[in-house]
Amino acid sequence: MIKFLFKGVIRDSHRSRFPIIIVIIGVLLTVLGSCWLKGVMGDMVDFNARYYTGHVKVVTRAFAENLDQMPLDLALVDIASLKQELSGLAPDMQWISRIRFGGLLDVPDAKGETRAQGPVMGLAVDFSPESGEVSRLNIAKSLVAGRLPLNQDEALISHELAGKMALEPGDVVTLIGSTMYGGLTMTNYRFAGTVRFGIHAMDRGAVIVRLEDARMALDMDDAATAILGYFGGGRYSETRAQNLSDRFNASLAGEKDEFSPQMMPLSRQDGLHEWIEYAGSMSGMLVTLFVLVMSLVLWNAGLLGGLRRYGEVGVRLAIGEHKGHIYRSMIGESVLIGLMGSLLGTLAGLAAAWPLERYGIDMGFAMQNTTMMIPTVFRARITPEAYYIGFFPGLFSTVLGTSLSGIGIYKRQTAQLFKELET
Amino acid sequence: MKNPIWFLLAGSLCALPAQGQTPSGREILDRIDKNMASETRIVQSSMIVHGRRGSRTIESKTWAQGTDRSFTEYLSPARERGTKMLKLEDQLWMYSPSTDRTIQISGHMLRQSVMGSDLSYEDMMENPELADDYEARVSGSETIDGRDCWVVDMTGVVGDLAYPLRKVWVDKSRWVPLKEELFARSGKLLKKIELSDIRQIEGRWFPMRMRFKDVLKTGEGTEFIVDSIAFDVEIPEVTFTKAMLRR
Repeated sequence: MIKFLFKGVIRDSHRSRFPIIIVIIGVLLTVLGSCWLKGVMGDMVDFNARYYTGHVKVVTRAFAENLDQMPLDLALVDIASLKQELSGLAPDMQWISRIRFGGLLDVPDAKGETRAQGPVMGLAVDFSPESGEVSRLNIAKSLVAGRLPLNQDEALISHELAGKMALEPGDVVTLIGSTMYGGLTMTNYRFAGTVRFGIHAMDRGAVIVRLEDARMALDMDDAATAILGYFGGGRYSETRAQNLSDRFNASLAGEKDEFSPQMMPLSRQDGLHEWIEYAGSMSGMLVTLFVLVMSLVLWNAGLLGGLRRYGEVGVRLAIGEHKGHIYRSMIGESVLIGLMGSLLGTLAGLAAAWPLERYGIDMGFAMQNTTMMIPTVFRARITPEAYYIGFFPGLFSTVLGTSLSGIGIYKRQTAQLFKELET
Repeated sequence: MKNPIWFLLAGSLCALPAQGQTPSGREILDRIDKNMASETRIVQSSMIVHGRRGSRTIESKTWAQGTDRSFTEYLSPARERGTKMLKLEDQLWMYSPSTDRTIQISGHMLRQSVMGSDLSYEDMMENPELADDYEARVSGSETIDGRDCWVVDMTGVVGDLAYPLRKVWVDKSRWVPLKEELFARSGKLLKKIELSDIRQIEGRWFPMRMRFKDVLKTGEGTEFIVDSIAFDVEIPEVTFTKAMLRR
């Protein structure tokens, strides 16, 4: 039966060409849209995790209330013992200290007077190989000029900022800011190299220094603005992050001190929860929308086909074929068309998604003022889901369209058939 | 009268408007300036910054000449010791011994807090003579800490003022502000200042203790305590030069 129907679909191109084209286009768009959304949202989550939020983040309660202001005076203290406690709670995770701070970068002229000055966002990073920070933050690959900071008071500066301030590796700059206790701090850094991360918020004016140097300059001995936790394997798990945070926070529920630590999963930071939910719902909406639109189109195609095949159905009914059999065979044909269209559409969608995954689209021009950790190059991501997601709308809409248009078969009156066929 | 100093003041009060008579805004500003401003002054002070993590005391010594020139050296704590600031007209430089750099503070940096306090560099750049920059209008009379005060609304008459609008409660008999509220042009309250421990020094009334509160900042505010002050003393010209920063 299937073979028979398959031959019919192949040989009678008038019957199958238009529905297959519609299904291919719909499935292509579904697969491409899904890959694009997964890529963009996934990159956002991944970038935020790597650069800012961790998979979980531990800060003081007071800091958590003012997260967007990065208040240095509300930083965590007794980091060493806190990290030990965290390692006991989740031994398979990596716990990293980071310090983020704001400041003013001052570039001297030959006489030591101010030649250029500008606000910067400082990030203090543990450059030791055990921390894995150099690879997590992609620092080595982001180096445009110079080298990593190896010695005391050496710094990396964003390539864009270095260009604006006419800095060359080896130059000495002064970073002016506030210590954790509000005091003034001025520190000279030797500029080791420039970096370009492809994240506008960082490329606009980031200065990266060694954690131990920042601790000295900012009066933050055994302190950090945050401890970031990363799951082994680097994959974020919302359930695990939430459970871990709940357990940790419950153990400190009795604490009244505003400087006691608090753990937040990635999704509870900077509106990322909304982004993750938005990505999931957008993907579902996209598939539903295509199912609906394609069903309408294929219903219409089915009606047109039904009109064209009016005679054929009439003859089949006249020679004694049951209405149910005809209806079922048409549904069978639509399943075959749906499968063929979905297969071809998926292949076309994957082919279209591949260059977007490989090269992406540079949206840096639209992010001149953004402070979010968003990559400037948006990329699609071909996930295992992309290989089957198109089959849902492809099959469902074809079958639904045929089912709706095929109802007409049951309205045909056998007594009228010969009269109809004569005309 | 609780304060015996009133009796000493009785003579000088004869020259002032009678209690029932409302002086003009301009007259009040001139009287304030006579108390607060001087040709030169040398001030040793302690600034207590009450932050969320505790309090810090920063000691400093300032040499000032007129409204345009001042030189400050921080004496303690150890991290800040040796840091110097020089104000020459509308320019401000800072020197830190740890970097051996002299840095000009300008642009948005002027709005930053000085040593984590509720005072900004912009506050330090302000012209202390109010009559030069503001138009004043007496809007009422209130009592602050048991003292009768004129309530004076001030509106800036020059551009680029850190606080284009101010409200000042001025002691009716000593002509010293006891309370100030500083506003943005939009009318948003930015800072509150309470002035107390008013002492008569060299014939003028001067507040020895001020409490600044940046209402946009958390914390308990900053106390500024004048440990010693000398008016109209001779200060060598070289004090107000950039060379002094490194010395």
